[in-house]
Amino acid sequence: MGEIYDVIIVGGGPAGLAAAYSAWQNGAGSILVLERDREPGGILQQCIHNGFGLHHFKEELTGPGYAQRCYDLVKDKPEISIMVDTMVLAVRPDKTVCAVSPERGRMELQGKTIVLTMGCRERTRGAIRIPGERPAGVYTAGAAQRMVNMEGYLPGHKIVILGSGDIGLIMARRMTLEGCKVQGVFEICPFSNGLTRNLVQCLDDYGIPLYLSHTITQIQGKERVTGITAARVDEHMCPVPGTDFAVDCDTVLLSVGLIPENELSRSLGIELHPLTNGPVVDQHRATSLPGIFAAGNVVHVHDLVDFVSDEAAIAGKYAALTAAGKLAAAERTLPVVTGNAVRTCVPQRLRLTDEGESVRLFMRVTKPIRRVKLVIRSGGNLILSKNLLAAKPSEMIAVDLPAGKTVGLQDDLVVAIDEEE
Amino acid sequence: MDREADVVVIGGGITGTAILAELARYDLHCVLVEKEPDIAAGTTKANSAVLHAGFDAPQGSMKARMNVAGNRLYHELQEQLDLDIQWTGSLVVATDAAEEAVLHELLARGQANGVPDLAIWDGKKVHEQEPNLSLQIRAALWAPTAGICWPFGLAIAFAENAVQNGAEILRECEVTGIRTEAGKITAVETTAGLIRTRWVVNAGGVEADRVSQWAGDVSFSIQPRKGEYVLFDKTAQPDLVKGVIFPTPSRTSKGILVCATTHGNVFVGPNAQNIEDREDTAVTAAGMAEILSGARKLVPKIPMGAAITEFAGIRAVSSTGDFVLGFSKNVDGLVQAAGIQSPGLTSAPAIARYIAGLLVKASKAALRADYQAGRPAHPTLRTLTPDGQEKLIAGDSRYGRVICRCETITEGEIVDAIHRPCGARTVDGVKRRTRAGMGRCQGGFCGPRIVQILARELKIPVSSVRKETRASYMYYDKDEMSGGNA
Repeated sequence: MGEIYDVIIVGGGPAGLAAAYSAWQNGAGSILVLERDREPGGILQQCIHNGFGLHHFKEELTGPGYAQRCYDLVKDKPEISIMVDTMVLAVRPDKTVCAVSPERGRMELQGKTIVLTMGCRERTRGAIRIPGERPAGVYTAGAAQRMVNMEGYLPGHKIVILGSGDIGLIMARRMTLEGCKVQGVFEICPFSNGLTRNLVQCLDDYGIPLYLSHTITQIQGKERVTGITAARVDEHMCPVPGTDFAVDCDTVLLSVGLIPENELSRSLGIELHPLTNGPVVDQHRATSLPGIFAAGNVVHVHDLVDFVSDEAAIAGKYAALTAAGKLAAAERTLPVVTGNAVRTCVPQRLRLTDEGESVRLFMRVTKPIRRVKLVIRSGGNLILSKNLLAAKPSEMIAVDLPAGKTVGLQDDLVVAIDEEE
Repeated sequence: MDREADVVVIGGGITGTAILAELARYDLHCVLVEKEPDIAAGTTKANSAVLHAGFDAPQGSMKARMNVAGNRLYHELQEQLDLDIQWTGSLVVATDAAEEAVLHELLARGQANGVPDLAIWDGKKVHEQEPNLSLQIRAALWAPTAGICWPFGLAIAFAENAVQNGAEILRECEVTGIRTEAGKITAVETTAGLIRTRWVVNAGGVEADRVSQWAGDVSFSIQPRKGEYVLFDKTAQPDLVKGVIFPTPSRTSKGILVCATTHGNVFVGPNAQNIEDREDTAVTAAGMAEILSGARKLVPKIPMGAAITEFAGIRAVSSTGDFVLGFSKNVDGLVQAAGIQSPGLTSAPAIARYIAGLLVKASKAALRADYQAGRPAHPTLRTLTPDGQEKLIAGDSRYGRVICRCETITEGEIVDAIHRPCGARTVDGVKRRTRAGMGRCQGGFCGPRIVQILARELKIPVSSVRKETRASYMYYDKDEMSGGNA
């Protein structure tokens, strides 16, 4: 089998590259990144708009620009190898990785630790069961984005977008700039699922209508899409009879959610969380299997790549320390559970030593709320509280728990929204 | 330019391709015409993918006879043609005494039809075999000879075998008329020119009555009957069911079934709705609700959130109540293979032998000396041993580039699918031959890449690549805002 790598990283997007750099900074002597696409950078390579990097690099970058920064940090390090055009077929609990590439054929690779950074994929038409015909012209927003931005083709000319996720909003602007007519963005929720800045910069600035509490009830067209029927939905998200109207279009782009891509994790037997759809991790991003870490959108879908990089740096660091046998044994682990109005919280458990450790918690709320208090309790004790002016499901909330607050914790940490205020 | 043929087969579904493969054993020049850019693109691509045992159709019917014989033939052909079939067996389940009585009727009918090894099981045995079935189920008819298959794969295998033996398949070739002289067939008029022929086999599916009328035989009509389906991701509920689960049938339909697919998905449907428009393959909210509710009665734990696609197929229901098979009584040279609804997929190889037998007798054709059974091998990375994978990639590095991540399909497999006999020309054609795009992301990642591979291999512009039908263009050139295509 040859060399034993300190850290093998599955996926060379922003998470994988950040994990590699951090593992290198923390002393790993041999790091291997496996990337299935023809170049590293992941989905950033097709995100040619700006708005990336304000937190992580303290300047505004395009997606490829951000990817290049990540790559520049790792490219000349002799300890870091990157194999592109390489698909991982299996990861095993003994930390062997089976991969194939046209150039190297079939490989069995051995790591001391593994970091899973496979990212996420888009939900499809099938997953949300849109009625109608099955013509050409229905694409996920990301697939269309790749065709427009990387390959140089248009998915169509008269566009309807279902879902107001960020990719949908970005594509509304992108298609407009390409000279296409965007007829509208339809969102089944009574609120948008994209970042506020994208609503303003991608829809409002171009006069593209956003139809909240609306969905597509029918796709028409035998060969190519010829139109859709839209309708208002009630509070149960069911179409309201009599509110339907026709919209002329030749293309439907779907931006209806992202799903962490955990097929490898699942076949590996890692514990997955039913709501994040990603591995259950501790604050080091260690999964339920020893020596196997996970970070980025494969753990939970982020809004900002900057936080993906931060999270992956944590995973890379602790993978390197674990590979070197330098990680102090944990005294105990403590579950982090969600309470009122908090849908998800990562990490889902804390690995505690007597010294304590500062921890950043990432959470999403279940509904848009204003002027509330985020509270973290353990047993009967209030550990931390933070006032939130506003929170919505589409914007992840980060809260830092100082090291001192983690010392001596005995009971489950409960993260909740106090709506009494 | 006119073409000459001994036999023209109209329709490139499972029936037409099976007949073509059978005819290709003989010294006959056979041409199959299909109006779509690819074969297996009609009813053959949207059905229950079940190889029925043969207890449903009444004794003495063509349906019963062809079903039982077809099932037996698939057992023989599976290895020879490398067909993707699993003989899982099927259960017809009963929840009350009235339904249980129907099981006994089916058992008797099946035995009369010659179906082997049927048995009535009690609830305990049913739940041992299929632990996720509803606890309301108290008995079932077990048919071990039933199976599940990759339905378009069967038609593609027949087509490849036929082409390998000299048969011609003309795609995007729509029949516009049939010429007769003195009640005798002389030629088929198509959008690709005239084909002079002595015999025409009508395997026109939902259009078979029109084809027959063109030739002058109005003895039957086709009622299109739509059925909708939902397919679930394979990781959602592995082993939810092992085989095919039918409810007790009604008079018109075998009912909404739950079954495994040969690739480990769970699959539910169909409903049954008579329709006017023969091309109406739209799925409806009401239809999906109906099949999901029906399926839950059999298997309560249907993984609702894990649907990956929905689609509808159209059954060609004959006004005669049975398959319409054999020489037309009105038109000399017209051979009907029409009204092929369920169990048409199962019956196809038997129908093919029956029809070919009639034509061989009439034409006095001899077996070809150079006939080749089987079809060209099609290596797939995911099914090989580690050693085999290494050798495959060493021989052609394109087998080391995974294009479809969900199903682990390589560029080598896609290129092979395009260049095989009767190879893929469309995105859905690649999907039917390789599974690329059939997984949980439904082509989200691999779709653009497959379009580009098709363009490269077929030497056409990306903007000329189609999804499935003749004008189903996928992408447009940026400098052609008018939307023009090749």
